[in-house]
Amino acid sequence: MANPNGIGAPVRRREDQRFLTGRGNYTDDFKRLNMTHAVHVRSPYAHARILGIDFADAAAMPGVVAVLTGADMEADKVGSLPCGWQIHSKDGSPMKEPPHYPLARDRVRYVGDAVAVVIAETREQARDAAEMVVVDYEELPAVGSSTRAVAGAAPLVHDDAPDNVCYDWHLGDKAATDAAFANAAHVAKIDLVNQRLVPNAMEPRAAMGEYDQSSGEYTLTTTSQNPHVTRLLMGAFVLGIPEHKLRVVAPDVGGGFGSKIFHYGEEAVVTWAARKVGRPVKWTADRSESFLTDAHGRDHVSHAELAMDADGNFLALRVSTLANLGAYLSTFAPSIPTYLYATLLAGQYKTPAIYAEVKAVFTNTAPVDAYRGAGRPEACYLIERLVDVAAGVVGMDKTEIRRRNFVPKEAMPYQTPVALQYDTGDFAKNLDIALPLVDYPGFQQRRAESKARGKLRGIGFATYIEACGIAPSNVAGALGARAGLYECAEVRFHPTGSVTVFTGAHSHGQGHETTFAQIVAERFGIPIENVEIVHGDTNKIPFGMGTYGSRSLAVGGSALVKAMDKVERKAKKIAAHMLEAAETDIEVKDGRFTVAGTDKSLGIGDIALQAYVPHNFPLDELEPGLDEQAFYDPKNFTYPNGCHVCEVEIDPDTGVTTIVSFAAVDDFGNVINPLIVEGQVHGGLVQGIGQALYENCVYDEESGQLVTGSYMDYCMPRADDVPSFTVRYHEDQPCTHNPLGVKGCGEAGTIGAAAAVMNAVVDALSDYGVTHMDMPATPEKVWRTIRDATPAMAAE
Amino acid sequence: MYAFTYQRPTTLADAATAIQAEEAKLLGGGQTLLPTLKQRLARPTDLIDLGAIPELKGIRETDGGLEIGAFTRHAEVAHSDLVKRVIPALASLAEGIGDRQVRNMGTMGGSIANADPSADYPSAVVALKGTVTTDRRSIAGDDFFTGMFETALEPGEIVKSVRFARPDKAAYAKFRNPASRYAIVGVFVAKFGAEVRVAVTGAAGSVFRATAFETALAADFRAEALNGLSVEADGLNADIHASADYRAHLVAVMAKRAVEAAG
Ligand SMILES: Cc1cc2nc3c(=O)[nH]c(=O)nc-3n(C[C@H](O)[C@H](O)[C@H](O)COP(=O)(O)OP(=O)(O)OC[C@H]3O[C@@H](n4cnc5c(N)ncnc54)[C@H](O)[C@@H]3O)c2cc1C
Repeated sequence: MANPNGIGAPVRRREDQRFLTGRGNYTDDFKRLNMTHAVHVRSPYAHARILGIDFADAAAMPGVVAVLTGADMEADKVGSLPCGWQIHSKDGSPMKEPPHYPLARDRVRYVGDAVAVVIAETREQARDAAEMVVVDYEELPAVGSSTRAVAGAAPLVHDDAPDNVCYDWHLGDKAATDAAFANAAHVAKIDLVNQRLVPNAMEPRAAMGEYDQSSGEYTLTTTSQNPHVTRLLMGAFVLGIPEHKLRVVAPDVGGGFGSKIFHYGEEAVVTWAARKVGRPVKWTADRSESFLTDAHGRDHVSHAELAMDADGNFLALRVSTLANLGAYLSTFAPSIPTYLYATLLAGQYKTPAIYAEVKAVFTNTAPVDAYRGAGRPEACYLIERLVDVAAGVVGMDKTEIRRRNFVPKEAMPYQTPVALQYDTGDFAKNLDIALPLVDYPGFQQRRAESKARGKLRGIGFATYIEACGIAPSNVAGALGARAGLYECAEVRFHPTGSVTVFTGAHSHGQGHETTFAQIVAERFGIPIENVEIVHGDTNKIPFGMGTYGSRSLAVGGSALVKAMDKVERKAKKIAAHMLEAAETDIEVKDGRFTVAGTDKSLGIGDIALQAYVPHNFPLDELEPGLDEQAFYDPKNFTYPNGCHVCEVEIDPDTGVTTIVSFAAVDDFGNVINPLIVEGQVHGGLVQGIGQALYENCVYDEESGQLVTGSYMDYCMPRADDVPSFTVRYHEDQPCTHNPLGVKGCGEAGTIGAAAAVMNAVVDALSDYGVTHMDMPATPEKVWRTIRDATPAMAAE
Repeated sequence: MYAFTYQRPTTLADAATAIQAEEAKLLGGGQTLLPTLKQRLARPTDLIDLGAIPELKGIRETDGGLEIGAFTRHAEVAHSDLVKRVIPALASLAEGIGDRQVRNMGTMGGSIANADPSADYPSAVVALKGTVTTDRRSIAGDDFFTGMFETALEPGEIVKSVRFARPDKAAYAKFRNPASRYAIVGVFVAKFGAEVRVAVTGAAGSVFRATAFETALAADFRAEALNGLSVEADGLNADIHASADYRAHLVAVMAKRAVEAAG
């Protein structure tokens, strides 16, 4: 490697200095002269009619600038928060898309639904006054879960969505699947719940709106993963502000995990209110509001069946899923349990026929949308749990049944029966690397040793494949996306040879400022210190679709390469002119431009200077400047894949599960920065482990009250809950259709981990005849399972 | 938080006067009170910070054991060489409270005055024959905890210190709530000559003694002596983390572990 900070180098994250020393600039850190503070009045009921709002006392409180309600928004013709993806039901009808106003108008539909906003000189004054707003509610019966939503005679969340159904969708070949089941030697079945999770980014959501009366320009500073998307959605659909008068800035953002992709009502409220009160308006969620109003993740109830022949070859998969979308459609909600879930149900296996049905329903709970992995963890969990059950049904080793059914490397590119075409992957290789790491042959002895100490040991495997780098616009569009899914980059060489890169991707913890700079340093042979990465500002970045679905490097990085290609072409022209050679004779290597066969050469720095000091440029052939921009729209998704192995030990006296070891073998294609990749895997694994053992967002089924509304009840995984991870990757199977050969690594850990942990837990309990347990495997659940299986033991 | 007047007296007498104000509240380490105020669940007129009063601080060895000032932080108890020598089980209990931040702020006086059903210290106060000294009187540990979040303290009464008797053997075994890290069940076992005390926290509305366990252990101080013994699930706490029968089961498991750890 020529460049010490180039591609493949474990460069320490350049951004960490400012984060770790408290110098990050987060939305709540911004202060403006004359700034006011907004506090929302939120519904304490899951479902109620608003009969009236009396804010006379509140408006008279000290420091109060304004109290605004849904009626004010209606009068100003503020629109509904738009949904970015349209799904059609089996019968061809479009999904139900009820309006979702930033401030509720006549009805509230979940605890936390905003009904009014109080704007005051200080936050405390706004809070004081918000408590004085009297909302006259007529409480209505509520629907606290998806199963209750579809139970006969359930209350309706939206009057125009009969049976609370948003859509009833399907994918795959039903006839072929049914036929395969009819001829199956074995069928494995499972019923499972993929529980709802609260994203819990470290930085709560925040938004500050500003309006400049002289220019008529609005500025929204917000905790967003994709400021351009927010500008488009809020400007065009909600507030009617054209792009050139609306600037959206997403400064440092402290974690998103998906929850900050979406356009939220509070963003529209502060932007709109800033003009109304003529002063900047800032809102920052407190942690309780985050629990109540951040879009949640997962929440599936599924039944699945796998048909096999006598030798354990998979013949067909049948899946039926009930997905909870919450009270309203969040920005990308409809796509998650459909095109990001059912399309992944082939997993790593060559199952020839697959049929999936997904019924998505409204409930009186917070909206549900993408959360790290978004649909793919749900698919992986379902497949990998089912495969373990299948191994039991046919009496095969859990690694052998997987190996037997893997799509072989030779079959790539492989067309699955559920719409995707995998480009590369060597699934057997992942398993081959993993098995020695975990000493699989020694497992039975370790299990016996645990048993001698009165403990139960289990080992769990999970293989996963995900579709990342979202997405080719034409495919997404055909599937219902209302946006394109490309990325944009601009590479600007300055006269003295330093570079500013403008990327439409957005970093909220991923380390773009380091990784993207490595790519530029490598390409032009310049020190990484000379490269600055700018993101998160619609007034600086030409355009962008943001960061989610592990797409930054695969799509944003590819746009960067395209822009660098253009810079190089231009630089070549300049070099040819300066060296008085033909353009075709210029050879380029590591930022040096040489006339072939001579020692005449120029560095990119010399060329950059000439580009801005074009004293003798032939101006009709050569423009001054060295600043290029490119859009990249991928040809396909990318397909990171891997094999995760978890070993657990259970204390049957208490039911406590301890993760003894965890190994992750991943294929992310080419790796730009192994240190960052390993960090992303660690974080992802902890999130997956969190779902498997600890996290559970609970609503009361009848009242729709959030039971787990704080960290006293919602259990996050801690550092001391997880072991030291063994993480490996290989670069044998680079992505074939993007210039860096990268696949993405941001979600992988979360996708594989939950299934690996639960397979290990169930394996540990196998002596008790246990074949499935729903997440999270809490101590009481595990203890109760053991006790119920062995009444005699419990009495002891 | 609603506005209040902050006071920081330097003598116990001044604090006792200040707390007489209507709706005044004592402030210990603030680990319970401050979150309550931030959530606007309480609206005191005055906060009387006890942190500048020398009489409430310090750990002393006494004839029969230890005396610990009310404004002693959990971390100080956990790291005190004196506590580790005289009643090591108390130091390890303190080390298991919450997390580092909580231990660096929370105080013994605040913990027992608050009488959270899942707090750890109440089990030590009862098992170690504690005596609570206030600015007005002494209260036997056995009489101090009267119910869920209820104590024998009168309005405005200030905990000054807590005395603990030195046991021959003792240990505390805690089953943590994985989310909050409070005790779902905590069992403090202490042996004084022929007498054994088993105090259970977390399981019920308030700390209680498992008398059947005590009798069995007095006869035979081994974990096996508890085989077959259990507490009634009826009346125990139940929440999303643990049902009453799971808690009842854990009491027996944790009691055995405490006996084993006590050696
Ligand atoms: C995240 C978290 C985890 C925790 N985990 C645990 C745990 O695992 N185990 C555990 O036992 N505790 C736990 N706690 C509680 C904590 O350790 C403190 O003991 C508790 O909050 C009270 O002590 P404090 O000093 O903070 O009192 P404060 O919060 O200041 O006061 C609590 C109450 O006691 C009163 N008070 C304070 N001092 C006195 C006094 N000297 N005399 C009379 N009244 C007084 C106050 O007026 C108030 O009513 C946890 C707390 C948090 C926030």
